[in-house]
Amino acid sequence: MENNSLYISPSPHIHGGDSISRNMYGVLIALIPAFLVSLYFFGLGSLIVTANSIIFCAFFEYVIAKYILKRKPTLYDGSAILTGALLAFNLPSNLPVWIIAIGALAAIGIGKMSFGGLGNNIFNPALTGRIFLLISFPAQMTTWPVPKAFPMTYVDAQTGATVLSQMKIMAKSGTAVDLPNYGNMLFGNMGGSLGEICAIALLLGFVYLLAKKIITWHIPVAILGTVFVFTGIMWLVNPVHYVNPIYHLLSGGLLLGAIFMATDYVTSPVTKKGMIIYGVGIGVLTTLIRLFGSYPEGMSFAIFIMNGVTPLINVFCKPKRFGGK
Amino acid sequence: MILIAVIVLGFIGALSAILLFAASKKFEVVEDPRIAQVQEALPGANCGGCGFPGCSGFANACVKADSLDGLLCTVGGAPVMTKVAEILGKEVKVAEPKVAVVRCNGTCSVRPRTNHYEGAKACSIASSLYGGETGCSFGCLGYGDCVAVCKFDAIHINSETGIAEVDEEKCTACGACVKACPKKIIELRNKGPKSRRIFVSCVNKDKGAVARKACTNACIGCGKCEKECKFEAITIENNVAYIDYTKCRLCRKCVDVCPTGAIHELNFPPKVKVEKVESKTETAAGSNPAPTSKPEVSE
Amino acid sequence: MLKTFRIGGIHPPENKLSAGKKISVLAVPKQVIIPLGQHIGAPAQAVVAKGDVVKVGTLLAKAGGFVSANIHSSVSGKVAKIDGAVDASGYKRPAVFIDVEGDEWEESIDRSDTLVKECTLSAKEIIAKIAEAGVVGMGGATFPTQVKLSPPPGNKAEVVIINGVECEPYLTADHELMMEKGEEILVGVTLLMKAMDTKRAVIGIENNKRDAIKHLTELSASFPGIEIMPLKMKYPQGGEKQLIDAVLRRQVKSGALPITAGALVQNVGTVFAVYEAVQKNKPLIERVVTVTGKSVANPSNLLVRIGTPITQLLEAVGGVPEDTGKIIGGGPMMGKALVSTEVPITKGSSGILLLTKAESVRHEYSDCIRCAKCVDVCPMGLNPSLLMSATEHSNWDMAEKNFIFDCIECGSCTFTCPAYRPLLDYIRLGKGTVMGIIKSRKSTK
Repeated sequence: MENNSLYISPSPHIHGGDSISRNMYGVLIALIPAFLVSLYFFGLGSLIVTANSIIFCAFFEYVIAKYILKRKPTLYDGSAILTGALLAFNLPSNLPVWIIAIGALAAIGIGKMSFGGLGNNIFNPALTGRIFLLISFPAQMTTWPVPKAFPMTYVDAQTGATVLSQMKIMAKSGTAVDLPNYGNMLFGNMGGSLGEICAIALLLGFVYLLAKKIITWHIPVAILGTVFVFTGIMWLVNPVHYVNPIYHLLSGGLLLGAIFMATDYVTSPVTKKGMIIYGVGIGVLTTLIRLFGSYPEGMSFAIFIMNGVTPLINVFCKPKRFGGK
Repeated sequence: MILIAVIVLGFIGALSAILLFAASKKFEVVEDPRIAQVQEALPGANCGGCGFPGCSGFANACVKADSLDGLLCTVGGAPVMTKVAEILGKEVKVAEPKVAVVRCNGTCSVRPRTNHYEGAKACSIASSLYGGETGCSFGCLGYGDCVAVCKFDAIHINSETGIAEVDEEKCTACGACVKACPKKIIELRNKGPKSRRIFVSCVNKDKGAVARKACTNACIGCGKCEKECKFEAITIENNVAYIDYTKCRLCRKCVDVCPTGAIHELNFPPKVKVEKVESKTETAAGSNPAPTSKPEVSE
Repeated sequence: MLKTFRIGGIHPPENKLSAGKKISVLAVPKQVIIPLGQHIGAPAQAVVAKGDVVKVGTLLAKAGGFVSANIHSSVSGKVAKIDGAVDASGYKRPAVFIDVEGDEWEESIDRSDTLVKECTLSAKEIIAKIAEAGVVGMGGATFPTQVKLSPPPGNKAEVVIINGVECEPYLTADHELMMEKGEEILVGVTLLMKAMDTKRAVIGIENNKRDAIKHLTELSASFPGIEIMPLKMKYPQGGEKQLIDAVLRRQVKSGALPITAGALVQNVGTVFAVYEAVQKNKPLIERVVTVTGKSVANPSNLLVRIGTPITQLLEAVGGVPEDTGKIIGGGPMMGKALVSTEVPITKGSSGILLLTKAESVRHEYSDCIRCAKCVDVCPMGLNPSLLMSATEHSNWDMAEKNFIFDCIECGSCTFTCPAYRPLLDYIRLGKGTVMGIIKSRKSTK
């Protein structure tokens, strides 16, 4: 009766429709508000850096997959594009193109493909790229343009100090410094990397990710909560050296890292309990580096270190079993 | 300054060397030197075909055992075992070399597909839930569990026929594929003189008519081969014939009389009368006086 | 706040296309194929032979062991042969083929529609009657009911829980049964309460069946001890362990029987069969089957004789649509894809679902991206991705340490995975292997 024979397979026979690309593009959509703000404050530089980062990441992934690993390139799943976008948001908007290319190669080549492609890497690829650049090109990576309205400058942008560098001076020497008001920090009128300046834009992205069930609240809340408590205690103990916790929450890459980088699927733990431990670890490490270390920003290293601890967390934090302890 | 550095480092190096030398002498494990010698002679594939954990385990067993009976390195075969016997001064009986045989010839052209299987492409999974994509639930599924487990690259799925095929040059008869096949289609059989062997290439236990409907190369259990065999090497059980390789004399009479072409002969010189394997009806039985395998030159 | 189970769960689209369709009786076919292995446990042993004349209700095969069930004829006619037939498993199993002649029933069966409420039998007699009638779990598990009603000594049921949940998408057979045979079901529940000597029964119904909840709540007023509990809609609410968790807030321990949590769980269809068996002397010879699918012309709930080839059901709903890819026996999450339309309806066939080609083809899968969505949805609190990886590498030790044998094969993990990984395919394989290893370890001790 049927000239085309029936399909057979083991159950289940329906699928919920979720896919890797849906999740990756969802995160990209969540990053749009931050991108728009960066376009406003850094103008041409922001556009060039973001575009180049994405293009280079996609290019390297395609070439490495096809010619070195000899397997089918899977650019359509959007993860290379996402890595490109996140890498860009971690860079200052006056970074030259050749440095961006090296960063993309480090991110995709070392951070992702050398481990075996998506799903097999231990460290967040965008973070791998950023740290590689930070250590290789410390001068270019730590001079940030001053935010203006739609500047048409790129490498030649006027640079200035950022909140974090001011906070570091205060922590080391105890001299009072000029800190921007909360309004500027919320709306992005402060120096920093492309994606980290506007708290409101990032929080909008967070709400979108939660609504689309792409991430859960556990990691970001654990990180932010830990930072708040730890820096709060230090501020109460010694307000001369340390700023209040709200400044910490709104400055640097903390929000960007907590919401978008630390929550990367591949490099974060699989159980809720594990995620909280991971988040607390990141919070503690970030605060230690920010307050007592020599770098102004500790977020990247904190996440990077905790990525390495994730497999161990996964061994000890098993999901809650039905009928078990 | 450099001089001091050189002297200090040199001193540390010398001290470490002396310590290491002393430790290696004090904690030395005394081992029968013959174990290392035997292990040298072994192929070093660590495949486990001998039944021991790796070549070192086998070397150990050879040295400790009283006689080499029952110990065989399937990869190295007779030449290696002879060498081992020489080293240890023991006797060795040369065992018949074996080879893996895939007893199914239900190719895509003769075994029509009745369903599309969409599940995970692994034989063990497909077999646990369904009988495969065709009407014969006993035949080769073609997803390659045997290929995945072979360490010697000796078995592959032929993309045209969809069936696993053994490369007899590379096969070491270690038995991994036999264990991996969920349908128990692969068997270790004698390689035969000049690599010639005859086997029934079907394990379908359904009744003849049902089996034939699913696959035109199936063994229908008609019994003609059993009657024909003068050496009592063939038995019919559960509607399928089986040739005992220890009794088979390679006379090929059964191949002549099989109506479906389910019995296969490998590495024989072509007969005077050419036989078709994608058969339909009976071939004229015994019409050619070709007797036992003459030592022919053509190969 | 509606009750539900506490770990995991998913919300697949309901697609209850045949909801509200009254049960229609399907005509008796020309030939039935009744497999001898329609239940968990040993297949039944045939007691008829070729040429025997049988009536509806005649015993065809006796239970083949303690965990087994009787099989009765669902038609009247002559036994054509006892031969292998392809059933839902995809393999050929022995079955009784009967050529139908007329529709004569055994005299002992009460065919009237009047409700019989009273029962003077003792608990033991009730269980014996259930066993004689060959009643098995009709939710799809087909566990012989008399075995479940005879728990190992030391276990006492405090509550009888009736599964009216029907959490699988598309299926509506239980829903219609509750609407049309509500009183009979409640009588059946009292019979079970008597058999298990319990004073309390709870019928769990998912909240998408408001009319059934209302209807049964009204009827249950005249049945003391029976409570109707609406439950939150979540798959797999109908799983035995999940149902007990929702109703009693107790989680059955790993490897233990549900009776150890003090509950006896039965499907609504089984309860109706119990009523018919005890009060009407009617063995299990027919059941309600939902025939449905997005392209099906007329999705319906049919009352079908056991052994009817599904071709007849498909004709009754308007034929097989052109774009059909899969025909599934059961629901889309746990049902079995059938190899052909020659397969017969058995005691466990709760539905026939026709999926389109587009729905049937699986996506190519990629490496695990460790998103842990499968961990979030697993109702047994396992890590499906880890278990699939352990099975792929034949690491049975790791699979056992991570409780692979606790898997209830609900399919939530595969449904959720964004990388389209065939998690359940491998876990099922691993589960079988590990349980085999555990069994051989116990037997060699």
